[in-house]
Amino acid sequence: MSQPIASIYSFYRNGFKNMTVGRTLWKIIFIKLIVMFAVLKLFFFPNYLKTNFQNDQQRADHVLEQLSRMTTHNQ
Amino acid sequence: MLDVDLSLVNWSRAQFALTAMYHWIFVPLTLGLSFLCAMFESIFVRTGNEKWKAITRFWMTLFGINFAIGVATGIILEFQFGTNWSNYSWMVGDIFGAPLAVEGIFAFFLEATFFAVMFFGWNRVSKSFHLFSTWMVAIGSNLSALWILVANAWMQNPVGMAFNPETARFEMENFWAVLFSPVAMSKFTHTTSSGFLLGSLFVLTISCWYLLKGRHVEMAKKSIVVASVFGLLSSIFVAFTGDEAAFEVAQKQPMKLAAFEGLYKGETNAGLVAMGMINGDKKPGDSQQPFLFELKAPGLLSLLANRKTGSFVPGIDDLVYGNKEHNVMGVTEKMSKGKLAVADLTAFKQARKAKDVVAAQAALTRFNTNKEYLGYGYLNSPEEAVPPVSTAFYSFHIMVILGSIFPVLFLAFLFLTIKGKITEQRWLLPLGVPAFFLGLIAQQMGWVVAEVGRQPWAIQGLMPVKVATTNIAVGHVQATFFMFLAVFTLLLIAEIKIMLKQISIGPEGM
Repeated sequence: MSQPIASIYSFYRNGFKNMTVGRTLWKIIFIKLIVMFAVLKLFFFPNYLKTNFQNDQQRADHVLEQLSRMTTHNQ
Repeated sequence: MLDVDLSLVNWSRAQFALTAMYHWIFVPLTLGLSFLCAMFESIFVRTGNEKWKAITRFWMTLFGINFAIGVATGIILEFQFGTNWSNYSWMVGDIFGAPLAVEGIFAFFLEATFFAVMFFGWNRVSKSFHLFSTWMVAIGSNLSALWILVANAWMQNPVGMAFNPETARFEMENFWAVLFSPVAMSKFTHTTSSGFLLGSLFVLTISCWYLLKGRHVEMAKKSIVVASVFGLLSSIFVAFTGDEAAFEVAQKQPMKLAAFEGLYKGETNAGLVAMGMINGDKKPGDSQQPFLFELKAPGLLSLLANRKTGSFVPGIDDLVYGNKEHNVMGVTEKMSKGKLAVADLTAFKQARKAKDVVAAQAALTRFNTNKEYLGYGYLNSPEEAVPPVSTAFYSFHIMVILGSIFPVLFLAFLFLTIKGKITEQRWLLPLGVPAFFLGLIAQQMGWVVAEVGRQPWAIQGLMPVKVATTNIAVGHVQATFFMFLAVFTLLLIAEIKIMLKQISIGPEGM
């Protein structure tokens, strides 16, 4: 059981160790993911409905309110 | 008037467009190059010739660079759904949840397993298992694209669902109708085959550059043969699937087709515009000519739209104001029905709030009569249903013209390479170098055609884009727009630098 896991571990370890251009690419991927999730998502892209309403009923009511409010102004 | 800030809607649109267009630089190249890598490797496994292995590893490295820079750029679109498009995101959550979840699971398993074997497994796993992994990456990447295209197709042709006024959500009723809708199928086949075409152009461009420089000549010639065969077949397939996609547009989104062709007055035996210049001052319903000049192929638009040359194709004016003779309901009439639907939705909400079950049920029954016109209830004028005609027309025609050049290019390269005369063709090789960039333009134009052409709808006929937006400060959207622009530009510079370095090293560095 442990033999296959050890082989898989060694496969990935050696693969990462022997990378050339891959090292630069992984750095870019990590920086990109950090910028996306730790900066952009956290500070600039909150989920509006999740942040401002407590449950799905409130969210549904808000969206319905938006849909009707637009009509009222439209008529 | 609507209390929707149009500059907010447009900035949200611009931000989404910027992200999607940037993401779309990488995706089609991944789709096409993955199959080319699998083909190069198949030749290596079949022949045992180490030169083919070097060729495979070279193109695989470029594939890896493109994949790494492009990976996760699509996630930003999902961030935007929650912040800028919360009404939309809430209403379609039930429809999009399944396809996007399948895509996520698919991508994860694919990337964690076969991708690792493809890059780390040379000389460590058997040749046949390595080849199998490369094919799985190609097939998996393309199948992964299926789900996002199914979601997009649903927005263009919402099927297999029902709107639930209780939850304010479109709820899925038939997953298979969503997955196998003709729009989804034509979108998937057209998009993936155009990716194959772009991958082939990429190989052609770099190979031509090597031949012009007199470097890696044998690899370049071998690569050209494979890319030209694959590119030629893909170009033919792109033409067929494009024809099918246009037919679906004609049936499901006739306004979009009319905008593609700058067709204002509907015609029987309608001609397809081969070339033309739009009159920018032309408005729906006026008497101005739609074109400053045009060159048409008679009957072909009718054939494309209805599979009959003598058939009637409605123009923008017919679709906006109606045409009783040809049984075309105009936007004016649809708006009346839509406004009733929205009023009944409002009545339902108020009755429910007042806990008046009878009134709520009555409002719901009335709503169901006109619900298919719901989105039209939010339009301020019938002309608002017309997409930007010039943008749709030029992007469509640029895409088609470029798409017609590529098969000729592939055929010329294939013929001359097989004849052993390609290195003597100093006039042809420089034409191959910009081919990839023309392919990228065609890709972007295809995206513009699909998305600008369906305006003003986020969901065809049911939800205009302005209803889909979140009422947040426009300054916030502007700030994040420029933030993305900076991040994307940096990433693109990084990709170009790494890619150029690797190309200049060539296959010896693999």
